[in-house]
Amino acid sequence: MSVFFAKRFLTLVATLIGASIVIFTVMEILPGDPALVILGIGATDEAVLTLTKELGLDQPPIDRYFSWIGGILQGELGNSYAYKVPVWELVGRALQITIPLAILSMILSVTLALIVGLYAAANHNKASDVSLMGISQLGISVPNFWLAVLLILFFAVKLQWFPAGGFPGWEEGFWINIRALILPAIALATVQGAILARITRSSVLDVFREDFVRTARAKGLSQRSTLWLHVLRNAMIPVLTVMGLQFANLLAGTVIVENVFYMPGLGSVVLKAINNRDTIVVENVVLMLAAMVVITNFIVDILYAVIDPRLKAHDI
Amino acid sequence: MSISSSNSFLSRCAHSRSFVVGGTITAFLLLCALVSLFWTPGEVIDIVIKNRFFPPSSAHWLGTDQFGRDILSLLMSGTQNSITVGVVAVSIGLFAGVSLGLLASAQRGWIEEMIMRFSDFSFAFPAILSAIMITAILGPGGVNSIIAIGIYNIPVFARLTRGSANAIWAREYVMAARASGKDKFRITIEHILPNILSILIVQATIQFAIAILAEAALSYLGLGTQPPFPSWGRMLNEAQTLMFLQPMQAVYPGAAIAFAVFGLNLLGDGLRDVLDPRLSRKR
Repeated sequence: MSVFFAKRFLTLVATLIGASIVIFTVMEILPGDPALVILGIGATDEAVLTLTKELGLDQPPIDRYFSWIGGILQGELGNSYAYKVPVWELVGRALQITIPLAILSMILSVTLALIVGLYAAANHNKASDVSLMGISQLGISVPNFWLAVLLILFFAVKLQWFPAGGFPGWEEGFWINIRALILPAIALATVQGAILARITRSSVLDVFREDFVRTARAKGLSQRSTLWLHVLRNAMIPVLTVMGLQFANLLAGTVIVENVFYMPGLGSVVLKAINNRDTIVVENVVLMLAAMVVITNFIVDILYAVIDPRLKAHDI
Repeated sequence: MSISSSNSFLSRCAHSRSFVVGGTITAFLLLCALVSLFWTPGEVIDIVIKNRFFPPSSAHWLGTDQFGRDILSLLMSGTQNSITVGVVAVSIGLFAGVSLGLLASAQRGWIEEMIMRFSDFSFAFPAILSAIMITAILGPGGVNSIIAIGIYNIPVFARLTRGSANAIWAREYVMAARASGKDKFRITIEHILPNILSILIVQATIQFAIAILAEAALSYLGLGTQPPFPSWGRMLNEAQTLMFLQPMQAVYPGAAIAFAVFGLNLLGDGLRDVLDPRLSRKR
């Protein structure tokens, strides 16, 4: 286990270092001097120069890269150029929306996928299977930001069950915020859930054909027990892989869906920061998103080994 | 292709429901794009404010928007935009990605390792986020968003090509070709590429659908196609501010995106059935 774990962990660290270099380089190429953008077109050269010095942007890029990474390692993300507040404060506030939204949509999509996928597999080639797969094909095709608009039109404007947008903040109470997160979470979860449902179905069907399932049935185990004891565990590997890969899309999806619901989450922070040339905020947010994706895939890799110990043995 | 094999190919096409439905939808979209090049029922570019918010009628089947433009015409012209984005972005991905994948597979060793680590690593960046960053550097606009989506497609095709090509390199007829003294380049062109073509075609259809979705998302955020060129994503963005007054305006462009993506996804499924019957039987 330790060799497997160490190898995966090294890859994780290497990917993060690579990502940080790419992000930093990209932000270096980004046109527009942050100091000039903050001060506006009418600023004097002297003022721009002073601010550039103040922000530390007169240092050579290599020095700035290492001071950025050094800062992160010490838990210090620096101050936003545009808002003059610690980046951590901006990001922290945004994460209070984005993380619960991502978790809620993940829970919704996995629940939806398992129910639909298992039901369709159990009724393979029957009318319910064919129609469920047809609906899931449609679900994959719908852009999440459009679904968000439709949900607002129906559930917020017509039925008035949920708010049409905005986020009250956790200090206002738990349920009021969950209510605000439900529609965006459904918009995100439908597409992800549709993809996962198809994977779950085909993966369960594949395992159903295996010899050990026939043996289990032959020794008198009911279909339900076989499903829970043998099929599900083996069918979960491709499902988990796709879940891991989907997580990146889910995070990216929140960037857009938050925008539809006018929620000040990570998406709006990063879009505003790009417009303001607030490079330090963009660098940190993008690195954080990349880190979330890489760490999720790392956890998925570790989970593989837990679910199917054979994979671990192969790797060593 | 002999007559009997072309017949069986056509009959496989006709028997795949996904292929027929997906192909029909895709053909319909192509036709819309083509027709809109020469003719649209109403005005697409010019703003005539006195014509705004006309309800659906025989003159304007889906009504007019806040600038007095005919919505059906905008949807038709939007097809051009989506198809262009799909074609160019997938071509960039195909050309660069397939070349890298074939190179990795033919050379192996450190070249393969480098190309694969690079593509693994690019998966750490969520697609739309990379596109946002790339458009932030290049500036918002139709062409830049196409480049951004194309760049995102490169590692997708590189991985797929390398994986499928490696399997072909291990086949006996390739070993025979090597033993007879053919060089790697010739083997790649004569044996490897034709054998992985069907997988690439299927993936290209799927990436085409993803490209349409990504362009719509970027245009929706204001980073893609700029006014006055019609784009489904931007139509949705413009409609959102009027959502409470004119809800149907927000419904049409999204439905067009979903319809196009649905058709292409089905076509991808259908092509897989048709081009690789072994895969479809296994499913």
